[in-house]
Amino acid sequence: MTTVEKTKAAPRQRSDVILNYLRPKKKFPNVWCAGCGNGIVMSAIVRAIDKLGLSKDEIVMVSGIGCTSRMPIYLDFNALHTTHGRALPFATGVKFAQPHLKVIVVTGDGDALAIGGNHFIHACRRNIDITAILVNNYIYGMTGGQGSPTTPTAAFSTTTPYGNVEKHFDPCKLAEAAGASYVARATVYHAPQLEKAILQAVDHRGFSFVEVISNCHTYFGRLNRRGDAVSMLKEYKERSVTSARAKRMSPEELVDKYVIGTLYEDDKTEFCDEYQKVVDAQMGEK
Amino acid sequence: MVDTQRKLLLGNLACVHGAIYAGMRFFAGYPITPSTEVAEGCSRELPRIGGRFIQMEDEIGSIGAVVGASVSGLKAMTATSGPGYSLMVENIGYAYMTETPCVIINVQRGGPSTGLPTKGSQSDTMQARWGPHGDYTAIAVAPSTVGDTVTETIRAFNLAERFRTPVTILLDEVISHQREMISLPRPGEHQVVDRVKPTASPEEFEPFAHTARGVSPMPAYGEGYRYVITGLTHDAMGFTTNRPDEIKQKLDKLRNKILNFKSEITKLRIEMMDDAEIAFVSYGSVSRAVLLAVALARNAGVKVGMIQLYTVWPFPDDELRDYLAGCHKVIVPELNMGQIVREVGRVLPPDTEIHSLLRYDGEILTPMQLLEKLEEVM
Repeated sequence: MTTVEKTKAAPRQRSDVILNYLRPKKKFPNVWCAGCGNGIVMSAIVRAIDKLGLSKDEIVMVSGIGCTSRMPIYLDFNALHTTHGRALPFATGVKFAQPHLKVIVVTGDGDALAIGGNHFIHACRRNIDITAILVNNYIYGMTGGQGSPTTPTAAFSTTTPYGNVEKHFDPCKLAEAAGASYVARATVYHAPQLEKAILQAVDHRGFSFVEVISNCHTYFGRLNRRGDAVSMLKEYKERSVTSARAKRMSPEELVDKYVIGTLYEDDKTEFCDEYQKVVDAQMGEK
Repeated sequence: MVDTQRKLLLGNLACVHGAIYAGMRFFAGYPITPSTEVAEGCSRELPRIGGRFIQMEDEIGSIGAVVGASVSGLKAMTATSGPGYSLMVENIGYAYMTETPCVIINVQRGGPSTGLPTKGSQSDTMQARWGPHGDYTAIAVAPSTVGDTVTETIRAFNLAERFRTPVTILLDEVISHQREMISLPRPGEHQVVDRVKPTASPEEFEPFAHTARGVSPMPAYGEGYRYVITGLTHDAMGFTTNRPDEIKQKLDKLRNKILNFKSEITKLRIEMMDDAEIAFVSYGSVSRAVLLAVALARNAGVKVGMIQLYTVWPFPDDELRDYLAGCHKVIVPELNMGQIVREVGRVLPPDTEIHSLLRYDGEILTPMQLLEKLEEVM
């Protein structure tokens, strides 16, 4: 695992860091509900990028459709806000065309795992150097609270009014099984750990995946009696265990727990690097 | 002296040659008959010139990757057939809205659905115009020979770059799987158009501004212009908008940037039209049979001519009206159930007799069938 030293002698105040990365001329406010976890995720991304010392010009933030997918519009990076579920193919095109760019995809549980599920597993399989940050709020927020591939069994949504009869995905297990070379989970309660996970993910060479458990108190919270944003964050605090501690716990003990931290990491070869070897060999032959 | 530019070439590989000549350095695609040789050719050729080929998980992903590569500065294309084009229309619509240059080759086969994988067809002509939902204006070109396929592919890229828009090449199985001896173009023989890059500072730059040329300059990601590209309706800065005036400006721009510059786009082949009383209007592979039929009929003293549409969309309304002013009868042969004939009928005066000659049984129209139709309408 690579650790990255802080590049600045005197770290800026937190608010200065955030302001520096907000897109100028953009007509705020944003589309998110007051208290939405997306704000915490956005600031964690910004702080991680700031610590890595990356320039704004070399970052391309790609997204699909949904609440989280609005994020690239607010941040002062190259922004590609695409179609529902398709962020990863667009991101693949960007990265493969210009491998020196840092490509970060922000997505949601519906965007990445339902309509974009096939793209998700294939991006993992290729191990292309893209960081995907999946904000998992267990529901479709933008369209008004419908069930998603992560909506827990028996949970309520506007399309599961009698309780969800389906099973749900574990996005991290899916990513690992499909071939992602860095997999981590955090919650919006654990902001410093979230920042660290994103920093490691962006710094990782290969497909890196961070699942962020986040609150949609407007829909998931209200329909499932989880209370307001603060009480949902408290629940994340109470239900989370670190990956190190989880190794010493039984499956029964882990039911209803969020295992957070780095869950998987390897150093398998990266797609663009391997293709470049083909290019070098073929161009050398000519 | 051996002419090294002479080559016996498959139609699908002519696309690859034309595209590389035009500067294409990125291909993303998914295998589908009868277009697969385009992808295979690109997978062989692109790494040898420092380009990039990727086989995506489906056609939706393919056109997504193409758009991603194009906004990152590479000329990019994909190739597919009807079923794949149907999947692509979502992100072709995104390319229309975001004004992203790219080329989509549709090697047409019979449909609907999986239809006739190995049989030629022209039944996606309207889809090339109206594929994605919403209002926009499309550009589509239609080669009729392997040689045409090279030059029309170059032209498709030039139009895509000039007008910041997706361009569809309407190929069909008849040409794509045909081998013809052709002369490959030499460097400098054809003009190659590249997108205009901005000269304004990043602070002053408006990525979707309205300009005299119809389109605004287009920087690549990483060049210092950190702007928003979104499929949501947006203002000149690229920011999403709900303002009626800005919505109208955007949609007007998508139309006007093409229709106001139509003379740069329209390309027709006019044969024996000077004294023609009857004319064939055709496009794509059918034009080959028309050319022979017209020559045979002329030998027999029939005053017949032909107009071949290399540019199918935008439809050449004014040019057709002018060229067909002296013709009282027009025959429109197509390998479908009647698509372009509607457009011909729309633009010509009501007293023109318009005859449709259609074939949609998977076979091609022969010169003899065209002559029979000519005799019938004479």
